[in-house]
Amino acid sequence: MKKRGINTVLLHAALLVGAAVTLMPLVWMVAASFMAPGEANSLPPRLLPAHPTLQNFVLLFTRLDIMRNFVNSAIVTVLATVLSVLVNSLAGYAFAKLPFRGRETLFKTLAGALVVPAQVGMLPLFLLLRELGLVNSYAGVLVPYLASIFGIFLIRQYALSVPDELLDAARLEGAGEFAVFRLVALPVIKPILVTMAAFTFLSAWNDFMWPLIILSDSGMYTLPVALANLVGEHVQDTELMMAGSLLTILPALVVFLIFQRTYVQGIMSGGVKG
Amino acid sequence: MTSALFVSRARPAWALAAVMLSLTLAAGCARREDAGVTLRFWVMGREGEVVQELVHDFESRNQGIKVSVQQIPWSAAHEKLLTAFVGRATPDLAQLGNTWVPEFSALNALSALDQRVSASLVVDPADHFPGIWDTNRIDDKLYGIPWYVDTRVIFYRTDLLAAAGYDRIPGSWDAWHTAMAAVSTQGGPGRFAILLPVNEWPQPVIFGLQAGSPLLADRGTRGAFAGPRFRRAFEFYLGLFREGLAPPVANNEVANLYQEFERGTFAMYISGPWNLGEFRRRLPAELQSSWATAPMPGPDTDTPGVSLAGGSSLVVFRGSPHQEAAWKLVEFLSEPSQQIRFFQLTGDLPAHRAAWLDPGLAADPQAAAFREQLENVVSTPKIPEWEEVANRVWVAAEQVIRGAATTDEALADLDADVDRMLAKRRWLMEKKQ
Amino acid sequence: MSSILDRNKARAAWWFLAPAMILLGLFFVLPVAAGILLSLTDFDIYAVANPGAARFVGLGNFRHLLGDATFWKAVANTLQFVLIGGPLSLATSLGAALLLNAKLVRMRSLFRTIYFAPVVTTLVSVAIVWRYLYHPRYGLFNFILGLVGIGPVDWLGDPHWAMPSIILLAVWKNFGYNMLIFVAGLQVIPQELYEAAAIDGAGYWRRFRHITLPGLAPTFLFVSVTTMIGFFQLFAEPYVMTQGGPLGATRSMVLFMYEEGFRWWRMGMASAVAVVLLLITLVGTLVQLRWVRRDT
Repeated sequence: MKKRGINTVLLHAALLVGAAVTLMPLVWMVAASFMAPGEANSLPPRLLPAHPTLQNFVLLFTRLDIMRNFVNSAIVTVLATVLSVLVNSLAGYAFAKLPFRGRETLFKTLAGALVVPAQVGMLPLFLLLRELGLVNSYAGVLVPYLASIFGIFLIRQYALSVPDELLDAARLEGAGEFAVFRLVALPVIKPILVTMAAFTFLSAWNDFMWPLIILSDSGMYTLPVALANLVGEHVQDTELMMAGSLLTILPALVVFLIFQRTYVQGIMSGGVKG
Repeated sequence: MTSALFVSRARPAWALAAVMLSLTLAAGCARREDAGVTLRFWVMGREGEVVQELVHDFESRNQGIKVSVQQIPWSAAHEKLLTAFVGRATPDLAQLGNTWVPEFSALNALSALDQRVSASLVVDPADHFPGIWDTNRIDDKLYGIPWYVDTRVIFYRTDLLAAAGYDRIPGSWDAWHTAMAAVSTQGGPGRFAILLPVNEWPQPVIFGLQAGSPLLADRGTRGAFAGPRFRRAFEFYLGLFREGLAPPVANNEVANLYQEFERGTFAMYISGPWNLGEFRRRLPAELQSSWATAPMPGPDTDTPGVSLAGGSSLVVFRGSPHQEAAWKLVEFLSEPSQQIRFFQLTGDLPAHRAAWLDPGLAADPQAAAFREQLENVVSTPKIPEWEEVANRVWVAAEQVIRGAATTDEALADLDADVDRMLAKRRWLMEKKQ
Repeated sequence: MSSILDRNKARAAWWFLAPAMILLGLFFVLPVAAGILLSLTDFDIYAVANPGAARFVGLGNFRHLLGDATFWKAVANTLQFVLIGGPLSLATSLGAALLLNAKLVRMRSLFRTIYFAPVVTTLVSVAIVWRYLYHPRYGLFNFILGLVGIGPVDWLGDPHWAMPSIILLAVWKNFGYNMLIFVAGLQVIPQELYEAAAIDGAGYWRRFRHITLPGLAPTFLFVSVTTMIGFFQLFAEPYVMTQGGPLGATRSMVLFMYEEGFRWWRMGMASAVAVVLLLITLVGTLVQLRWVRRDT
């Protein structure tokens, strides 16, 4: 009994230390974003602002026009989420429930393609979008998100569990395949669609390298790109940069906290099946 | 349930159509057009923050033209400009470091400005420093108008120099070297005569130019760094590190260079006009009478040293649909009154000589060294690959400084690498013949 | 009847797949194929202005890379990141998963949320935060080290410490993700195995080695392959924190590729680097697959 008690204490001590270490950078970021200019660069380093101020945020929204970047990120992310769920659910369902010749081969090819790093095609993709006139546009940023092999697999996996009897019953009633999908399968796979939406949202919101390449106008920058641009000019303004970082992270954290359960489920189920 | 179903195999096509529609809308949403002309103007660094003020006056004088200023940090400027060019998303006009003008003109990205200049009442070549004006002439055409000028001179502590027995920076390499040794001895351990960040190319390149090296050979298609004149300059530069007169540090290793200058960690520093403002702002009041600037010493006693013909130009991109309006903005920024205002806001030295008559600038003792030096500046090779070649030069220096190679090895490697960088240029020139 | 339904299904399948396949084909397959082709040319900025200025050079770019010290340094840096950061990240994830999964834990989901939080943060943002944490004078890390009497470390300015600093950031950022996968893997291992072993007198470590680890083997494979693929693509951290320095110590392969392609516009060469990355990733995946197959 005593051993169990000590073990519990040790266990929770370890967990608490881990939590502190994990949270410490984020806590400092929040604290520093409310500090007056120069305060974050003091010795010894301060953990709490002496007189919390909103001036860094004000500066971000007024002179540095970060609202525009916020809106850009929001537009791109929402569009990416909606469109990719649409496109990938159709494909995932087809792989799961619509047999056709060559389905297995196509599936295996796609699985192999997962190994290919995105960077191999980045330069030609840039040139292709240039020809299409999509450089420096929302569409240009969206393009890599629309179809995702990972998303297709995720949905396929889940869609396998839709009972065939239900689908066949609907078909026997005379429904076309799309109607079957929309009315029978969709309600059943909704949870995985929510998971996928959460994944895509976070991934699109946080993306950096591609928007960096495709967007040239600072008025079009998404938040991560705007932030990197800011640090080039304002590296000595620690508090300002912390405020910008906080603003960028906040929506992602909020979305995560809201969809936590389904998001975590998605990761855990995807990983075990492998 | 039957009533709710309808046969439609074409539905998924709607999904594709929805995607395409969204993409088109999204593509369209990218460019917000105003009525009238909006000029997109890219500016770098501190200039970007300041130019907004000047631009307001331009807008009030020119109703119907709006200017959207975009500020880009210097560290990302080169790649952003090139990316914009490749992506066909260049702004209407931009500030361009004048060492980049050859690159962008080779790409056919810039509009030639000769006709506009001959017709202009504001822009007159005679009003500009010849060395600087020349950096914008590529193949007998003019591609940029100098906006502000930059060159490198020596910033130094007059008191530390005096303590070592000198009242000014000597005029030749040998004498200067002796002076530095004296300052270093006077300063004691832990203190240096001069700060020369190892990851910067202007210093070794300036010495090379002073020694008369062409830097490149064969019409700019091969490296000439292993040649005797550059070698002499390179040895002089490296000697300063070897003898402990300069600390072997990179510019991002110096926590705060102004603090170190104040503390006397080093007594001399080769830098540009932006530091006039910075030194005045960041050094304490007591120290303001103890620092000065001087033109570069030359390799031999009687010749003053040349320095870099630096600075930024204003360029108009060929792809801009608003050539007239963009040129108006260029003219506006070239007016002496605007040049003076700009100088007051940034400390950047005006390209327009008339602006130097402004009492504020004319009486400025520390700007005088720049005035003198600007009459004696030389441009770096006007080739598109210069940025990359220049960056390779400091890598060679760093190799020797950190003991990773001998001078001969480093220079041979440098030439080999430069030859490789210029291979395409060589091939294109041979093809032309 | 069923064959008509089957034919309907097959036909519908193509419609359902069309959007995704067209998009993938146009914006993934095509560029990747073009990238491989580009790697065989000397396409550069001159060629952008005038396509006639591009030459087919066969394996010339690859031959040049083989002799380029900067490239090899980038490969070495990336390998250092993968081979040290990878196992470190996995070990941390596993450790966290074991802690979280313990029977006696209370407030499990709170801890899980906290440990997972770094995963959803924007990399650029946290890279900037950590850049300040790593500041030699004012950063929190050196302050804490100072409290225990260890002298200040120049985290991002010292060539020996720069990559470890980035590794530390990457581990912090990513461990939560694999932690979840490990938790799922742990939960699948039947409890009876542990109970039987306990009855047989096996201590914690023996149970760990003989039940937990083998039970996690498929999970390990999945996690280590995906982590490796991800780590090979190291880019944002060095771009934001060190620009590849100091002395090229943090220039990863993707950063090198970005510089070749988007800074110097040597697009043929940059594509060659990407192809090398692809080959290394492929080899790494195959090696791990074979390793596991040999064990089982």
